[in-house]
Amino acid sequence: MTKHFHVPLPKPLHDIFRPPPTPGVLGVFAHLDATLEAIKKLRAAGHTDFTVYSPIPRHEIEDALGQPVSPVRMFTLIGGIAGCAIGAWLTLWMSYDWPIAVGGKPIGSVPPYVVIMFEMTVLFGALSTILGILFNAAFAARRLGTIQYDPRFTNDRFGVFVPAASDKAARLEALLREAGAEEVRRG
Amino acid sequence: MRDLATGWRKKLYGITALGWTGANEQWRHYTRGYLYLAALATPLVLSVHSVVSWDFAMAIVPGWHATLFAPYFVAGAIYSGVGLVITLLVPIRRLFHLEEIITVDHFENLAKLCLLTGSIVSFSYVTENFVAWFSGNASERAAFWYRAFGPYWWASWTMYICNGLLPWLLWSKKVRTNITALFVISIFVNIGMWFERYVIIVVSLAGEPFEPWANAVYNPTWADWGIMAGSFGWFFMWFLLFVKNFPAVSISEVKEVLPPPKRVAARAGARHA
Repeated sequence: MTKHFHVPLPKPLHDIFRPPPTPGVLGVFAHLDATLEAIKKLRAAGHTDFTVYSPIPRHEIEDALGQPVSPVRMFTLIGGIAGCAIGAWLTLWMSYDWPIAVGGKPIGSVPPYVVIMFEMTVLFGALSTILGILFNAAFAARRLGTIQYDPRFTNDRFGVFVPAASDKAARLEALLREAGAEEVRRG
Repeated sequence: MRDLATGWRKKLYGITALGWTGANEQWRHYTRGYLYLAALATPLVLSVHSVVSWDFAMAIVPGWHATLFAPYFVAGAIYSGVGLVITLLVPIRRLFHLEEIITVDHFENLAKLCLLTGSIVSFSYVTENFVAWFSGNASERAAFWYRAFGPYWWASWTMYICNGLLPWLLWSKKVRTNITALFVISIFVNIGMWFERYVIIVVSLAGEPFEPWANAVYNPTWADWGIMAGSFGWFFMWFLLFVKNFPAVSISEVKEVLPPPKRVAARAGARHA
């Protein structure tokens, strides 16, 4: 009889893509104003790292959370400026690389190139905006993937997840229930 | 959708949802990006059609060489776009029972947009013909005479009647709110706008007074018809696959215009009941 030893192998990819779940408390809300109350109470209690789920974007939630403006705007700006510069560089470089003099007109004649510069601004600006949304939202999803989620949050329920150690969970449960959560779960 | 679907659709929606959970961190980036994409796309509508029209207008071909072309094409694009939207929307609304989501009000607004842009297109026709005469340019005059009374008279008059006269029916509110009438008019709008491209491209080149060697009549071959049928098929294949498997109307945006569920309102409602 041989004895089998179980040697745990390191699984770096598994650790990255399937990290252990974050402990915390999840509250499910049916009403928008109850959700807002929970957000206000949590912020008053000094919590900053909680997540609010909602089926639709609401300005009330944004205002209650007081988040900074999304960095997507920097993606759009940099993409747009890069596109404009590439449009100018492309047209001017091609004109001077193979100069064709027509009717004494300047080789690099900027007014018609404005069209290309504009189109490239829109193209690069739009593509980098999409990349900006994907990067930011997908990485947010990646980070949030380790916390609790409920399929109802894409349908008709709001949710608030507060990461917390088990010794503080009871107080948070009471806070969420008091704000009007119809269901509170620990995970 | 992903959370309610089953089978292979759950997998498809799971992949296309890219890990969406509706968390505040995601909405924050999504709504900002949405704003900027809209801001970038709006001037694009004008620029794309202006540039396409300049491709024609830069040539000295009579019938193409007009400074009017940019606004003319932009209006024509919106006009034909709205026409096609109505043509597609009427059967979708019926088949998917979307009567409560896509209301007659929406159709009426589409019809108003159609009337406005159709009037701009009609005005462009009048201006185009007037300028051809008023310029005194023999080639321009010949091109427009050829257009209306040459061998392609039927194509030109289909265009003038479908785009210039039929939208005038939309002045009547009765017609604007009648879905069947709108559907029929929208089909004529599509036919008219298709013939507009035909008239501008084919007819301007066919009766070419500048190039006598190109003075011939064009007849589509089986290959031309095949490419056209194929392009229609290509569009409808993707379109039908999309409306069958994905929501034709954005669900979260419909929810956005609904009043949000509130405790206070719910209590008030309960008291009345």
